[in-house]
Amino acid sequence: MNLTDVALNQKVYIEDILGTPKVKRRLLDMGLTKNTEVKVLGHAPFGDPLKISVRGYTLSMRKEEATKIKVREKQ
Amino acid sequence: MKIALVGEPNTGKTSLFNLLTGSDQFVGNWPGVTVEQKRGYYQKNKEIELIDLPGIYSLSPYTAEEKVAQNYIIDEKPDLLLNIIDGSNLERNLYLTLQFIDLNLPMTIAVNMLDTMKKEGVQLDNHRLSNLLGVPVTNINAVNGKGIDHLMICAQKTAKEEQVPNRLEYDSRLEAAIQEVITLLQKEEVEHSRYYRWYALKLLERDETVKDRLELSNATQKEIDDIIKMLEMLFKDDIVSIIINERYACVEKIVKQCVYQTEKGTIWSERLDRLVTNRFLALPIFALVIWFVYFLSIQTIGTMGTDWLNDVVFEEWIPNGLDHLFQQWSVSPWLQSLVIDGIVAGVGSVLGFLPQLVMLFLCLAFLEDCGYMARIAYILDYFFRKIGLSGKSFIPMLISTGCGVPGIMSCRTIENEKERQMTIALTTFMPCSAKLAIIGLVAGAFFPNNSFVAPLTYFICFGVIILSGLLLKKTKYFQKDRSVFLMELPVYHWPTFKNLWRQTWHNSSAFVKKAGTIIFLCSMILWFTSNFNFMGQMVPEEDSILAIIGKAIAFIFAPLGFGDWKATVAVFVGLSAKENVVNTLGVLYHQTVNTDNGQELWTILRQVYTPLAGFSFLLFNLICAPCFAAIGAMKRELGSMRLAIHVILFQCGLAYVISFIVYQLGSVFLTGEWTLWSWIAIALCLVLIYLIIRKERKEQAVWEISL
Repeated sequence: MNLTDVALNQKVYIEDILGTPKVKRRLLDMGLTKNTEVKVLGHAPFGDPLKISVRGYTLSMRKEEATKIKVREKQ
Repeated sequence: MKIALVGEPNTGKTSLFNLLTGSDQFVGNWPGVTVEQKRGYYQKNKEIELIDLPGIYSLSPYTAEEKVAQNYIIDEKPDLLLNIIDGSNLERNLYLTLQFIDLNLPMTIAVNMLDTMKKEGVQLDNHRLSNLLGVPVTNINAVNGKGIDHLMICAQKTAKEEQVPNRLEYDSRLEAAIQEVITLLQKEEVEHSRYYRWYALKLLERDETVKDRLELSNATQKEIDDIIKMLEMLFKDDIVSIIINERYACVEKIVKQCVYQTEKGTIWSERLDRLVTNRFLALPIFALVIWFVYFLSIQTIGTMGTDWLNDVVFEEWIPNGLDHLFQQWSVSPWLQSLVIDGIVAGVGSVLGFLPQLVMLFLCLAFLEDCGYMARIAYILDYFFRKIGLSGKSFIPMLISTGCGVPGIMSCRTIENEKERQMTIALTTFMPCSAKLAIIGLVAGAFFPNNSFVAPLTYFICFGVIILSGLLLKKTKYFQKDRSVFLMELPVYHWPTFKNLWRQTWHNSSAFVKKAGTIIFLCSMILWFTSNFNFMGQMVPEEDSILAIIGKAIAFIFAPLGFGDWKATVAVFVGLSAKENVVNTLGVLYHQTVNTDNGQELWTILRQVYTPLAGFSFLLFNLICAPCFAAIGAMKRELGSMRLAIHVILFQCGLAYVISFIVYQLGSVFLTGEWTLWSWIAIALCLVLIYLIIRKERKEQAVWEISL
């Protein structure tokens, strides 16, 4: 399951991040490390990009990046 | 004493810097990159030099901002890092703080955004945090300046005592590896032992900039590689993840010990954001906001100022005043002509935009400061990404419908370098208000009964932007460094007028400086070449240097339908300011041009050119290189002459190809005669289509690594 498969406002936990070293590094730097709780808050008018809540702030990203974030429902 | 301000974006870092330095600051660029550099002196003690490092989220080696910050700290070794953190966003801010701590320089932490913390029910134990990190921690309010004197006292004390932060312990296996690398560095006798821990961490991360800086021997490099492999095996993870995970784990430990969560208040920012970025309401609200900005600056307040400047100051006061002076001093007529027709008319035509721009800059500063600009980028990203731009490209394009110079300047807000460069290259395709004069002339002269021509040109301009975006996106240059769109949506807050004004002032004065220098010079050159011949004698325009050159190169434009010297000269004069195209045609055809009633010129143009040639002429002028002022802005914002020349060649080439295709295929359509030119036009068409629909090259190194 990745971040695009998650229902709005459902709490999920990060399992793994795929992608090029650069993309991965950026996502990790922004605090999306293993086992971190995230929540999808909403989508832009055409369904992309989306915004998530992580570590107490709001971050927006494109679907392309969101598909690289593998999540699970339980901690 | 040198103090560097460090911290993340949206923490109030710039506000703090402004409070500390007052008006005494220098704004420039970091060498080699278009990242803004701000320096100044502390108002209450001029011996303290302050430098505002770019706001960053991490010291990774990927963005220009991060490289600038890291290199500055290592090379200049400031006496203190003044680290400003957003208290309502502690985990991420402490993550960056930990990286600064590994740099082992004296540091002071200023906690900002206390009111947001209060609303969110977050309480931070400063004393405890200070003990854990070995760094003084004080509260400040970067809006009203509360706590800033105390902060600076702490900062000076820490710097004088050279008190470095505590060393934080990561996982023991990682610590052992760091120790091993440090031993290697000692053996190599690398300079600055202070940074050994930092170097070790960076070498473990395989950071290329640090690798290049240290020039380690191959044997050492190999040993480091072995250590990395060991660590990756031990942790069953890649090295970058290991280090970042450890830092965040450390942050979580610290937060657990220093932060108390009390009851949350109502957070209006979240509610507002739910409304503003709502899937259905976002676009209507956005349209309303933009309409209001436009209303204030273009329709009402700004335009009143512009009209007054244009009609009163530059039309009457200055020319009349100068006339009077010249008569008193009995200045020779050619000098009068130079000053009034050349300089005042040239510079005035651009400075006239100033009131509109000041209003526009003020509105945009407000949108940026309150946090809405990030939402605009979020809402529009979907459209702009399709053509290789970002959501933030909208603002430059909006401004460029007024004037391209500030449009190009406003590209600074786009962080990704390639997206910024592409926006700079494409934004001047928007028809600016000066180009309206050309549209009016061609539409009036050749298509008086077809009201669709003027709006059509707007759509053609949008079309050219989309087409160029699709085309450039697939070139090798723009393929590299594909953007990762990761953008924080900051908490909304009410901006202070002082900060808004400072930003507006900065942008407006940059614009005036440009108009005052480049346009001044170009107006003089143009005036000279259109009034003198090569012998230095004053002659009518048709015998001038410009006319001679025009006659020599007019053949270039023959395949576009307007290969005579008068139109050629008009195109070149358009480089000084686009509205001059109309004036020049008027002068060369001996007609006074009255924009409201240019009937006589219209009749003559109709006799000389076919409507198709007229349309082709219009297209060429809209798409080719913008005026000198905009070219100057381009050069500055692209940061290199080479890139600017590339952009201009691209724009002129595209203008030529499009006008060529339109004129030649249009001729076939109208006359039914096929010539060699028409086949070339078809070939060019096919090339364009190929460049647009060809497959995108994929980035080469697509290693999928997993955690």
